[in-house]
Amino acid sequence: MYIVAAAAILVTMTLALIRAMFGPTVFDRVLALNMFGTKTVLLICVICVLNTPHRHDFLDLALLYSLMNFIGMVALLRFTQYGTFDDIEIHQHSSGGQQ
Amino acid sequence: MTELLDVLTWIFLIAGSFFSIVGGIGILRMPEFYSRLHGGGVTDTLGAALIIFALMFQTGLTLATVKLAMILFFLLVVSPSSCHALAKSAINQGLKPIVDEAETS
Repeated sequence: MYIVAAAAILVTMTLALIRAMFGPTVFDRVLALNMFGTKTVLLICVICVLNTPHRHDFLDLALLYSLMNFIGMVALLRFTQYGTFDDIEIHQHSSGGQQ
Repeated sequence: MTELLDVLTWIFLIAGSFFSIVGGIGILRMPEFYSRLHGGGVTDTLGAALIIFALMFQTGLTLATVKLAMILFFLLVVSPSSCHALAKSAINQGLKPIVDEAETS
């Protein structure tokens, strides 16, 4: 039954990658990247319980990856607070201008 | 007791996979950025929580359950605040949300 969940997570990762490839703004790409990281943590957990039912070594890797997501979130908050994304491209509704 | 836990694991895994795929379709098919944030939020919180709860039913009362609980805690803290930071950054950079014309005029 873990195969079903792993396949669903892989399909979701593929959809997030398609959005990261076609995303019109840079924020769409960051959103798809964030979702990809979360799905990677889930996939590592599912594969750990699927492959090694009595040894749970992969869970440490998943924990490390979720902490790396946390560091990425802190970097994103600093971009929000202090700086901008470099070479920002906003194709739709760019008439609002900087605020 | 084991069969009950297996049935609960099945239900939670299928529900988590369903919400995950629905969020993936939402992030691909929604028309603009602020509605894509909704799809990303659904699949990050609800799908992740359901799948990790299913794995916690299978592992039982071991150290693996504690690790899974820590992973669930970090996912539930990090992902909504990341969505919030992303929306705030997009607003600050001047990306306007598309609203319904009949409502505003």
